[in-house]
Amino acid sequence: MSVVDVISPPLAPADTRTACGHCGLDVPSGVLDESAERQFCCIGCRTAFAILHEGGLDRYYDLADRRNEPVRPTGRTYDEFDHPAFCDLYVKPLSNGLAEVELYLEGVHCASCVWLVERVPLMLPGVMRAELEVRRSLARVTWNPSILPLSRVARMLDSLGYAPHPFRGVTRDAMRRREDRGMLVRIGVAGAIAVNVMLAALALYSGWLGGMEPQYERFFRWTSLLLVTPALAWPGRIFFAGAWSALRARTLHMDVPIALGLAAGYVQGAVNTVRDHGPVYFDGLATLIFALLVGRYFQQRGQRAAADSAELLYSVTPSTARVIDAVGEVREVPTQAVLPGMIIEVRAGETLPADGTIVMGRTQLDNSLLTGESRPVSAGTGERVYAGTVNLSAPVRVHIDEAGEQSRVAKILRQVEESSQRRAPVVALANRMAAWFVAVVLLLAVATWATWRLIDPSRGLDNAIALLIVTCPCALALSTPLAVSMAIGRAARAGIFIKGGDALERLATPGDLLLDKTGTITEARTSVVRWAGPDWVKPLVLAVESGSSHPIAEGFRRAWPELDAAPAAWTEHVAGGGIVGVVGGRDVVVGSPRFVRRRVRAAREAAPTLPSDALTPVWIAVNGSLVATAGLGDPVRPDAAIAISRLREDGWSMSILSGDDADVVRAVGSHVGVSPAQCIGGATPEAKRARVEALSVAADRPVVMVGDGINDAAAIAAASVGIGVHGGAEACLASADVYLTKPGLASLVVLTRAARRTMRVIRRNIAFSIGYNVIGAGLAMTGHLTPLVAAILMPASSLTVVIASWRSRTFVEEAP
Amino acid sequence: MSVIFLVLPLALVVVAAAVAAFVWATRRGQFDDLDTPALRMLHDDDERGKR
Repeated sequence: MSVVDVISPPLAPADTRTACGHCGLDVPSGVLDESAERQFCCIGCRTAFAILHEGGLDRYYDLADRRNEPVRPTGRTYDEFDHPAFCDLYVKPLSNGLAEVELYLEGVHCASCVWLVERVPLMLPGVMRAELEVRRSLARVTWNPSILPLSRVARMLDSLGYAPHPFRGVTRDAMRRREDRGMLVRIGVAGAIAVNVMLAALALYSGWLGGMEPQYERFFRWTSLLLVTPALAWPGRIFFAGAWSALRARTLHMDVPIALGLAAGYVQGAVNTVRDHGPVYFDGLATLIFALLVGRYFQQRGQRAAADSAELLYSVTPSTARVIDAVGEVREVPTQAVLPGMIIEVRAGETLPADGTIVMGRTQLDNSLLTGESRPVSAGTGERVYAGTVNLSAPVRVHIDEAGEQSRVAKILRQVEESSQRRAPVVALANRMAAWFVAVVLLLAVATWATWRLIDPSRGLDNAIALLIVTCPCALALSTPLAVSMAIGRAARAGIFIKGGDALERLATPGDLLLDKTGTITEARTSVVRWAGPDWVKPLVLAVESGSSHPIAEGFRRAWPELDAAPAAWTEHVAGGGIVGVVGGRDVVVGSPRFVRRRVRAAREAAPTLPSDALTPVWIAVNGSLVATAGLGDPVRPDAAIAISRLREDGWSMSILSGDDADVVRAVGSHVGVSPAQCIGGATPEAKRARVEALSVAADRPVVMVGDGINDAAAIAAASVGIGVHGGAEACLASADVYLTKPGLASLVVLTRAARRTMRVIRRNIAFSIGYNVIGAGLAMTGHLTPLVAAILMPASSLTVVIASWRSRTFVEEAP
Repeated sequence: MSVIFLVLPLALVVVAAAVAAFVWATRRGQFDDLDTPALRMLHDDDERGKR
């Protein structure tokens, strides 16, 4: 049995009575309603089921591959989607009174999403078409704006768990689509020409063997010349353009030797066709152009995927803002029109469109997009607030200091984009080799010409040009993109999504691997394991925790589902520590021992409970005295220990980097075999990022960060390779280079080992192509290279690389 | 054998037509999204387009 089978438990619980009727996950025992026909794990799932059921779309539940995730609607109104300013920016009116809009949807990860997104909106009268592009999570909706506001469609998608955002990259998208189509057209044209030139060449070669009348030979040669000319002038032009711009920039690039070979072959072939004497290499040239274009297409697609993710993250920031003008009136304007100096109003539940200072009001903010801190932070008059943060509790007015491209989020996104454009080191290596390559080939060509002038002057030029043609580095140019795109394709089938080829290369050599604890090593399903204290405290704890979505709060709710929370008069979350609140006139403090000690004097003398197990200590103080302690546990994933020991065998230095209590982190570390010195607890998101940065500066080896939460996003972006794990937050996934869709750490072993194999394939490909070139150069220099040999040798070298990449078993499931 | 002078140009005309068809299909966006249709056909049925 393979590791993957051992460690990933089946997602759907065996007992269907306790499975959620929508998402199929286990329903918490507290929510279980024995009398009901169907169980639901949350309101979101219940609503989604109702929508599907009413629309007669129950067949959704017969689909084999559904998403096993609870539905989490944001509950926003999406009123701004109906605003004229929004329409101007994002809605494309169609000729027949209909309109079309592209929406980026959060949470699209699987095949059943296509089913839902393309059917459910059609239930609304006025929606004509809904189409989803899975790869980029883009939904294209065509609807009739005169009978249906777009916000209804948005709310419908939201209630299914796909929060929609307007897609901002529309103009760039159109440009890119044009580029993609252009590339495909080139490949198609080059392929058609190559096949036909080859047919003509076949006739010529068989004519040499069996004898051919000169008028036919002449006819076939001229036909080949006629065919190959458009191949060079249209699809092949990009190599000449690339070589020209490289030469103008005084650098050498793979395009230079390619252009040299193509030009030499074409000119000599054309001259020989006109002279009606001597070799022509047209079939070799046409195949070369086709193969090179295919390689380039793969490379381009790989680089696109990385850039797309940055684009989509940008779509998450709001599209409109409410500006207060000089006379105090509120006007809604597109975010692009917000300028420094303006005062804007931000209501609860809205996202800030620009950076600024609060001038009126006090509220709680979700800074997770920027800082990674997932707990709300309170902010009042005079405090700096940033675009992309979500206003959670009360309306505020903000004086804009920095807008648009100058805002912090825009700068961060630029960094993400820049880092996504880093090119893989081996691609750079192939390009660095190009300089030597050109020098050696030119030297050899001159030497061949000079030597043959002494032996047989008539053959000197022919042999030198044959050398230039046969050494055209097609296989070398194909070696990296092919191996990488094959590996990325196979990885996707194994549930591992890789955004760029360079991530694979960095993972090939072992370095430092930092793991987040919650959700990565553990299952992130906290529950109260130990409770020392009276029962009357429990409703108070539930009361202060009721508004929180933190795992600790959910753990309490999961532990005592039968209890009702007492109504809380006031609560405040304090980032990185706990919650304070007033319930029924009593002051309640719930949080980490450090947090409670800092706030409650009586707790300072309390003996610290040493957790011997992997439990998070939570102290509860009421009216200034410590009344209860709880231990909340989070089970370690069953495959974590074996995966970590395997990674260590491979040479990775493993450590745990968590925001949780240091003792807990050490306890989990001892459980999975990470030494206490390598377990870092109490790390804030900033500290996590700083740790990752310090490691990458200190050692010349890759630093890999694996995490699931928004609090890891900054560290993930800073790492040489960031890996997001199953069930992670959207922002974390957007900043990660690799996303593991299977729960557990086994995929990590598969990924790193596969990365090493991919690099081996690349190196082998380079060796193959150089080997072929050495043979070809040897034949050309000794005068043995005929067009037939060249026509066999050149595609053979490319074909070897293609087959070697295709046959390589990069992603295999590891044997236990 | 001299029929080749007629057949070959004819064959090239056919090729040109095929290339033109391919270019037309590409420019119409037939190859823009190669992932979703593969998933869509898995659950395509008579309900599509019906409201």
